[in-house]
Amino acid sequence: MSDYISHDHEHDGINRRGFLQCMAWAGTGLLWTVSGGVLASKTLAQIAKAAEPLPASDLSFLQISDSHIGFSKEANKDVTETFKIALDRINAMPTPPSFLIHTGDITQLSKPEEFDTFDQVLKSCKTKDVFYVPGEHDVLNEGGKLYRDRYLKSVEAKGSGWYSFNKNGVHFIGLVNVLDLQAGGLGQLGDEQLEWLEADVKDLGTSTPIVVFAHIPLWAVYPQWGWGTSDSERALGYLKRFGSVTVLNGHIHQVLQKVEGNVTFHSAMSTAFPQPAPGTAASPGPMTVPAEKLRGMLGLTSVQYKQGKTALAVVDSTLS
Amino acid sequence: MITLTSKNKMTALLCGISFLNLSLFALAGEMKDANDTTTKQDRIEIKDFAFNPQTITVKSGAKVTWINRDEEPHTIVSVEKQFKKSTALDTDQEFTITAGTPGTYNYFCSVHPKMTGIIIIEK
Repeated sequence: MSDYISHDHEHDGINRRGFLQCMAWAGTGLLWTVSGGVLASKTLAQIAKAAEPLPASDLSFLQISDSHIGFSKEANKDVTETFKIALDRINAMPTPPSFLIHTGDITQLSKPEEFDTFDQVLKSCKTKDVFYVPGEHDVLNEGGKLYRDRYLKSVEAKGSGWYSFNKNGVHFIGLVNVLDLQAGGLGQLGDEQLEWLEADVKDLGTSTPIVVFAHIPLWAVYPQWGWGTSDSERALGYLKRFGSVTVLNGHIHQVLQKVEGNVTFHSAMSTAFPQPAPGTAASPGPMTVPAEKLRGMLGLTSVQYKQGKTALAVVDSTLS
Repeated sequence: MITLTSKNKMTALLCGISFLNLSLFALAGEMKDANDTTTKQDRIEIKDFAFNPQTITVKSGAKVTWINRDEEPHTIVSVEKQFKKSTALDTDQEFTITAGTPGTYNYFCSVHPKMTGIIIIEK
């Protein structure tokens, strides 16, 4: 596979060929390895056969996103059940992930009972460490106080909830780009967070692998639908000197990938409902598909890192 | 140089202005499930991530009601904080304000800020 989006002449984050191919891949489940900006792929079946545990020095973690607990409309009337299925898949993995990253939209309407349901269901997951960033659905009330009170206890969060941490030599950065949004604009990080980011990575060596995670894409997936972050270029400017940067996001409920220099952008599927491909519908939002196809459009993302190499392997798998 | 006294006066003045701005819309947002008690021209339907009509002209004293027909939550927020913002409207929920002082008022959805609208209030 070599036709990922490596060229972006329109500067809109999409080329048609790459976009269509990414969409063709979504729902089939592939291993994407990133090495020196070159992607290769394996099917999930191949991965399943190679089920031996990773060496102790390796790191694997799993991204889940857009659970939307509380949503109960036509596109998926039981999002709690599909979230449970996602957790079952995690529990069944031959090599348990070290931790989970949830890239936002835990809930549909930021209601306490929705957060309660999520927390209760999550207890069934064997992997206990979870790192969060909020989606816009999680901060609908009181500027996201409820979200922050619940999900930032294990990190030293700054400002409205951004933070960083290190695992096995990889530097992880959780960013918030869903608060204080401006009329007519996109996702936004803001000056305070950007200044923190600059300082946070300032003393890191260029060989340190960087993983950034945020809810709204940090690349211009489709600005017409608000699928982008207005000041992401400044953030990426602080990261461009690093040899390996992986940027994970949710929000758009579909697998899309773009490689730009040493930076790989990757958006994950939702565990709740799919959304239309950019520009293929009147608007974004929950997309109803035939019931037998739904689980093939929901899923999760596994990421593996081998110490001493720049490669991070990104695996998308569906719930079908 | 501004003395402490004049600072206090300025603060009081700014507070007064803020109060007046917030009171431009006398009745801030009552949220409820959909019904059809308002006239058609004063209703703004939220559909496909857009306010329809995007620009609405109403008389001072009229009630303006938004109704969310999307499956996504949306909010109504004054760009200049000139009226109280709505809470997140779920599907088929409404938000109503009463138009006050004539003028042009820009608003947007703080969840999906690409969504913008304008209310023009006439005497």
